[in-house]
Amino acid sequence: MIQTYSKEQIFKLLSEIPDPEIPVINIIELGILQDVKFEDDLCKVIITPTYTGCPAMRVIEDDIRIKLKEIGIGNVKVELVFSPAWTTDWISDEAKEKLRAYGIAPPDHSSFDKQVLLGKSRELICPQCGSTKTEMISQFGSTACKALYRCLDCKEPFDYFKCL
Amino acid sequence: MNIQEAKFQYLLRLGDSSLIIGHRLSEWCGHGPILEEDIALINIALDFVGNATSLLAYAGQTEGKGRDEDALAYLRDEREFRNLLITEQPNGDFASTMARQFLFDTYMFFLYEELKNSKDETVAAIAVKSHKEITYHLRHATEWMLRLGDGTTESHERLQSGLNDLWMFTSEMFDMDEVDAMLIKEGFAPDLNKVKTAWEKRVKEVIAEATLQIPTSTFKQKGSKEGKHTEYLGFLLAEMQYVHREYPGAKW
Repeated sequence: MIQTYSKEQIFKLLSEIPDPEIPVINIIELGILQDVKFEDDLCKVIITPTYTGCPAMRVIEDDIRIKLKEIGIGNVKVELVFSPAWTTDWISDEAKEKLRAYGIAPPDHSSFDKQVLLGKSRELICPQCGSTKTEMISQFGSTACKALYRCLDCKEPFDYFKCL
Repeated sequence: MNIQEAKFQYLLRLGDSSLIIGHRLSEWCGHGPILEEDIALINIALDFVGNATSLLAYAGQTEGKGRDEDALAYLRDEREFRNLLITEQPNGDFASTMARQFLFDTYMFFLYEELKNSKDETVAAIAVKSHKEITYHLRHATEWMLRLGDGTTESHERLQSGLNDLWMFTSEMFDMDEVDAMLIKEGFAPDLNKVKTAWEKRVKEVIAEATLQIPTSTFKQKGSKEGKHTEYLGFLLAEMQYVHREYPGAKW
């Protein structure tokens, strides 16, 4: 029964699952969904957490089960893998544009912000008005993956998706 | 002691330290000096608890007696915990908390840097992940060290006094026993002397830049590797474990 679905079909189905905290992008665009494997009647879904303590992982796991149940796959195992470690480089350019439109400054291309230890904040572009005159309010924002910034021109605060 | 027991002990040391410091930090929830700082402390607490979840889950698998991360976190008593003594110390004032975080984060930063090369795939994977997170924590603590140390007379005094009080708990971070010796040979764990050299250099630099003094006290408190704790851990566990023990197996 289950083998009638291909890996691509399952990926397409799971692409309907949005990130619970950033609903404009889905779990594939975010780079969380790694692989889908079939072992007899068991469907194994492999995901990787953005941050080890990210509370959204539980919700994503539940969403995956619900989604697969809709097409009759009940025997599901969601496996959490840590290697290779999730990086913001896995977020596609298209998804980064969606983040910007949603009001979140997307992470840079560099895999990790080397300035981080030197205490220098990056020059970010305000997702609301496009100004480069912005400053960091706090390295830790509304979720583990974001920092809080403000724009000195339009005066709006905004989230920045930290490089990891 | 066989190699499996040594691995279990080592994973408890790592996982318990993360769990206990994460719990301590979570006590700041709603009490941070400003809203952004409150959020920052809780974000960091969440990272530590998440990290503890991975480590204790792996510890349970290694032990092979069917204990999962929740059983290890909620159903062990004080003497069975292996967290470093510095992690269970009360928060004190904000400066004192920052001193504790700085000393501990610096240690974890260099320790995870070494553990990335562990021959154990799971430990190496957790280390790569945690090293990325601890980098942000360390930056946060370092910024506060500089700001408070080189701030007003009062902030300087409070931070110096926090450092002085915690200093005696730093040396046990680098103590090595039979467990370490066995696991170094296996390529599972690093030689802590390497971590110590990097830690000392970094701590000295930041303390000097923050216009603070390296504490002069030479008394060294130890015991966590054998489960001998300060009086504070029992109270912390009573609060942390209460709900789980009162309502075993409860779900909502």
